[in-house]
Amino acid sequence: MNANQTRSTNFLCGMAAFLLCAPLLAQPLTVKVGVVLPFSGPGGDTVEREEQAMRLYMKLHGKELGGIRIELIKRDSKEPSGATTRELVRELIFRDNVDILLAGQFSPDAIAAAPVVTQAKKLLILVNAQASFITHLSPYIVRVSAASWQIAYPMGRYAIEKLGCKKTVVGFIDYAPGRDVLAAFKSGYEKAGGTLADAIPMGGPTAVPDFTPYLRRIRDQSPDCMYVFTPGGPFTLALARTYHELRMAETGVKFLGTGDATQDSILAQYGAQALGWMSGGQYTADLDTPENKKFLAAWQAEYGRDSIPDYFTVHGYDAMAAAFHVIKTLNGKIDADKAVAALKGWKHNSPRGPIWIDPATRDVVQNIYVQKVVKKNGRYGIEVLDTILAVKDPCKELAIGQCAAAAGKTK
Amino acid sequence: MILFVLAVGLSITMGLMGVINLAHGAFAMAGGYLAVVLINRLAVPYVPALLLAVALVAVLSVPFERILYARIYGRGELDQVLMTIGLTLMSMAAATYLFGPGPVTLKLPEALDGTVPALGREFPSYRAFIVGVGAAVFAALWFSFERTVLGAKIRAAVDNRAMAEAAGINTARLFTLTFALGCGLAALGGALAVNVVGLTPRFAIQYLVVVLAVVAVGGLGTIGGTMAAALVIGVADVAARYFFPGASAFLIYAPLLLVMLLRPRGLLGKL
Repeated sequence: MNANQTRSTNFLCGMAAFLLCAPLLAQPLTVKVGVVLPFSGPGGDTVEREEQAMRLYMKLHGKELGGIRIELIKRDSKEPSGATTRELVRELIFRDNVDILLAGQFSPDAIAAAPVVTQAKKLLILVNAQASFITHLSPYIVRVSAASWQIAYPMGRYAIEKLGCKKTVVGFIDYAPGRDVLAAFKSGYEKAGGTLADAIPMGGPTAVPDFTPYLRRIRDQSPDCMYVFTPGGPFTLALARTYHELRMAETGVKFLGTGDATQDSILAQYGAQALGWMSGGQYTADLDTPENKKFLAAWQAEYGRDSIPDYFTVHGYDAMAAAFHVIKTLNGKIDADKAVAALKGWKHNSPRGPIWIDPATRDVVQNIYVQKVVKKNGRYGIEVLDTILAVKDPCKELAIGQCAAAAGKTK
Repeated sequence: MILFVLAVGLSITMGLMGVINLAHGAFAMAGGYLAVVLINRLAVPYVPALLLAVALVAVLSVPFERILYARIYGRGELDQVLMTIGLTLMSMAAATYLFGPGPVTLKLPEALDGTVPALGREFPSYRAFIVGVGAAVFAALWFSFERTVLGAKIRAAVDNRAMAEAAGINTARLFTLTFALGCGLAALGGALAVNVVGLTPRFAIQYLVVVLAVVAVGGLGTIGGTMAAALVIGVADVAARYFFPGASAFLIYAPLLLVMLLRPRGLLGKL
């Protein structure tokens, strides 16, 4: 509509009855969604797919909003310290006036943003940030991704109860998420009656180490199972390489990991090196459900056959699904308290299976899949061996450490 | 050994030429990515690809040296640090733009993918290959610096540039050549490292600290010292990771601290 037309419309409106013209003038209702993720940080490719997933969800489901428009405001939080995220979240809330925030790739990001959203009363949907206690830090935080305990604790039990592990060694990258995974796995493992033979910190998260001495140490103890946590990408790639070089598979040790070890997008790069690796995780692109098939087809139609979504991608997809649920329920008029209420108990058919938000903790409840790297139809993929149904974050269930302490503070 | 190959190039540019070259990792990364492109996209066999990557980086480093580095030889340390760290950051952004932020891999030939028996244990043959390359580089460098006219000229130019020029040595050309050599060695280290620790755009800065530690412990500009330091730090690091994995992040700096206290110029340093 050019300026002249606008002017004549206004003129007509002045002449005619106001009610008649109002719909012509009314702007479509716009909901501003702020996305703060480390697009240029380490693991930027994974983060990029999270945003692609959000846009795909908007494209596929945009009609459901009945004319409400979503404006996506994207900011790059660059590094994982949380400081940049905090600044950007503040800027998005007070300058750009966003209604909903999707953020928190790394746990420090979410921790730093928590007091800001509490004060400003804004809904923050966590896109990743897996430290269990984060949801306690603000009543406006809702997590659709996962908690590290949710992933590692059930695997600790599973290792003994189903895989029959007798001697298990854990290797982990030595930073907060790694220590979290270790504590969770250990707790589950001990719950099932075992004791860990060894827990090996494998260096910090800033540089990929040469894994040789760590894997040698594991090998020389000849355990029957090993559980490993490293961030996905360059770390797991180097791990697979060294694992293969040292012929670990031939020693008969069962390799278990978090979903990061079997991230779908990296399997082709592993090649045969990681065949037989098992992991416990919340999603694999090879999940054989109608919901996932639909998602995959739409994904590859949009981003090409070479682009493979992984669990991070689905976190992004579901974060947008949660935002949609809020917008639909509140008819586009976003109020943080009502939004959180709308998400409590929200059930959703995600590509990763049924998920829902536990009203007591605002944390996601989901299935954990026991996965195995296999070669099928000439490509490397995942076979789902087993499904652990509807896992709630055990850290809060059992009130362990910070989960209990933080819960006490907000009560 | 990979430490030695990565560090010796830096020892040459920093020690012999007196430039604080923090962009060393960037040249190493360039070598890594070039090797990946040559092998994965252009299907060049492994060893020729390695040599080609080294040669290309060495040649590419010449304009850098002529246009940028030549201006900072006489400047203060801060200027040198600022310029070279700037180059590093630019190279990381460029690598992200060209290759994406994710890790890339390089397929090894069959011969390097197995294991070889040595000293009663099975060793991955790729590691054996790296040890061999490191030894060859060491021998070649030692010979050319200590036993050839070119080596003598370089040593002369470093000791007293004005005197060397007066004696008819073209020191500018010599420095360009030395710089290219250092960068070529960086590229070799980078290309070899792809299959040990992987390659991402962050490579340029991730291993800079440990490489600098090796150069410092070895003593600037000594090839034997760098070799000894790479072995000491490498062995200490691996042993610490194996026996005390919890403390290994600190233990790697123990030899550094010790040597710096007792011999501030490095194990074999004389400069």
